[in-house]
This record gives sequence, C-alpha cells and structure tokens, in this order.
Amino acid sequence: MARNGLIAVLRVFAVVAGLTAQPAHAHLVETGFGAFYDGIAHVAVTPADLLVVVALALFAGQRGTRAARFALFALPVAWFAGGFVGARWPAMAALPLLTTLSFAIAGALVALNASVRDIGVAALVVAAGLLHGLVNGATMAPAGSVGLALAGAVSAIFLLTAILSAEVTTLPSGWPRVVVRVAGSWIAASGLLMFGWLARTAG
Amino acid sequence: MRHALGARAARTTVATLLALASTVALAHEETGQAAGFLAGLAHPVSGMDHVLAMIAVGLWGAVLGAPAIWVLPVAFPVVMAFGGLLGLLGVGLPGVEIGIAMSAIVLGAMVAAEVRPPIALAAAIVAFFAIFHGHAHGRELPEGTSALLYSFGFVVATGLLHACGILLGVVHRWPAGRRAVRVAGGGVALAGLFFLWRATA
Repeated sequence: MARNGLIAVLRVFAVVAGLTAQPAHAHLVETGFGAFYDGIAHVAVTPADLLVVVALALFAGQRGTRAARFALFALPVAWFAGGFVGARWPAMAALPLLTTLSFAIAGALVALNASVRDIGVAALVVAAGLLHGLVNGATMAPAGSVGLALAGAVSAIFLLTAILSAEVTTLPSGWPRVVVRVAGSWIAASGLLMFGWLARTAG
Repeated sequence: MRHALGARAARTTVATLLALASTVALAHEETGQAAGFLAGLAHPVSGMDHVLAMIAVGLWGAVLGAPAIWVLPVAFPVVMAFGGLLGLLGVGLPGVEIGIAMSAIVLGAMVAAEVRPPIALAAAIVAFFAIFHGHAHGRELPEGTSALLYSFGFVVATGLLHACGILLGVVHRWPAGRRAVRVAGGGVALAGLFFLWRATA
C-alpha cells in the first residue's frame, strides 16, 4: 500500500517535471543543401557529439576488431533510435550534464586503455548513442524532416566511426597507440573542464 | 505482484530523474565555436610561466624515458582540468601563482639534475603542479565563446607544449644533446625563480 503511495508521488513528480521542462530553443544548422546535409553538418559543428563519436571510435578500435564492428553498427542505430524518441518528446531531451559525462567517460577509457569486454563496449556505445541521438532529435524536430536530418547525422557518425576505429585496430604497439591514449586524455580533460562551466552556468 | 510493483517504482523513478535533470536545450548550433577554440589554443602560450612548465614536463619525460615519457603527458591534462574544475566551482586554492612559479623551478631542476624518481612519484609531482596551472588558467573564458571548444583548445595547446618538450628532449640520447637538455632545464628553473620573485613581490 505504502509502495503504491510512493509510486503515485513519483508519478506526480514526473508529470510536474515534464510539464515544467522548458522547450528546446536550439535549431539545426542550415547548409542550404537540404536536411540530409544539415544533419551531417550538425555532427561537425556540435563539439559534444563529435567528441563522443571520436572517443567511442578510438575506444572500440583499442579493444580490437570485434568491438569495433559492434560499435560501427550499434552507435549509428542507437543514435537513430534516440533521435526519433527525442523528436517525439523534445522537452526532455536537453541533457548537457549527461552528454558531457558520456564523452568524458569515453575519453577516460581511451586514456586508460581500459580492458572492457566487447559487450561492455557495445553497451557503452548504445547508451551514448541513445543519449546523444535523443538530444539531436529534439534539436532537429523544429526544423522538420527529422528522418532525413537524422540519416545525415548517422551517416557522418558511421563514416567517422569506421575510419577511426579501423585505423586504431591496425595501429602497431608503441608510439601510435600512445598518441591515441593522449587524445583520450585530452577529451576527458575537456569534459572535466566542461563540468565546471556547466556548474558555473547553473549557479 | 511485488516484483511488478518494484519494477514500476524503478521505472517511475528513472522517468522522474530524467525529467528533473532536463534543462533548456542550448547546446546546438553553438555560437563562438571557432573563437572559443582559437582562444583556448592561444591562452596557454600567452603566459611564459605556463609555456616553460609544460615544456619542462615534456623534457623531464624525455629524460626519464618510457613509460614516463607518455605517462606524464597523459596524466597532466586530466589533472590540470581537475584544477580548472576546482577553480570553476569556486574552490579556493591558496598561492596559485607561487605554485605555478614553483612548478617551473622544481620541474626545471629535475631536468637539470636528471633526477629519476619512481614513475609514481614523478607523476605525483607533475600532477600536483598541474592543479595550480589548471586552477589559474582553465577558467578564463572569453565572453561569447564556446566553453567546450575553449576547454578543448586549452587542453590541446597544453598537450602540444608537452610534445615540444618531448621532441626537444630527443636530443638527450647524444652527449652534447644531453648537456643541452640539462641547460634548458636549468633555464626553466631560473625563469621559475623570476616568476616566484614576481609572484611574491
């Protein structure tokens, strides 16, 4: 009985929070070539998206061919799925703290060259893809042609992931792999600083 | 029945947390991106104290050899960013300028004297000073620029300064180069003394 009451209270909170969430003011960058190319450009000009894709591709490449193959298909698919959810419910899709956390974690894993199983890499990639896709969908919704714009974004993500992860899987040990870890530490460090900026903006 | 109720409670809790965590979406088509990145890139090289200390980190890594040659440059940006985070959160750090000057003195002296501590100690020394550099420099965002790209540019520039130090340190393998690296370390330490004098004057 008490549990039912708790659920009711939580539901009220969820509804109130949903109703009071502010609308997304952002909009999609316009290339002038149509929604598909706007989607491609969107990835290029959204640093949080770009950094998470780079970090995940590097990480998947570090973990080997199998993990890279998982990432190559799981990331775009998750991004696409998240995009449609975000386009449908844009009010709950502005999550700068979580998007920052996602690329910071991915960067840290690259820097540490963390030994994560393939399933772990896939889970991370899917979670990050859903999250960033959710935010992308909310951004693209006001512009219309969400499907085309998402297709453009996902194509860019697929290509970037394919190039980077394939490159990293074939790197010899030694300096080339150290450079990859350094890149990861730079991404993680940028994420740490971004947490500070977000805290300062919120305060 | 109980299990179903628990699952419902969990789902509702997650939905509530997600909804509460949402804020206005301002993260797209950001303005001031190029300016932010360029400002971040330029910032570390605008202060000689930061430049010399970063190069000294690279030089010391080159003197110490593997694995320090890459552990130090990987660790430094992350700890420096942590220092920047402390600064942005308003956490006070006493004697920041003195700490930065001391970093040049200590790191320069390490290179000059070719001190070879265990890797953990070397990383701890570098990390300690990285906090001062991050606290002092990581929070000076020019108005109207992208915070993330400024941060990224700042981190990249710092990393490239390390790379300069490492590349300069390559000459350490030859006798004449070894002397040159030690002299460079001494120069950094002397400059650190000047920065210390300026910080305490």
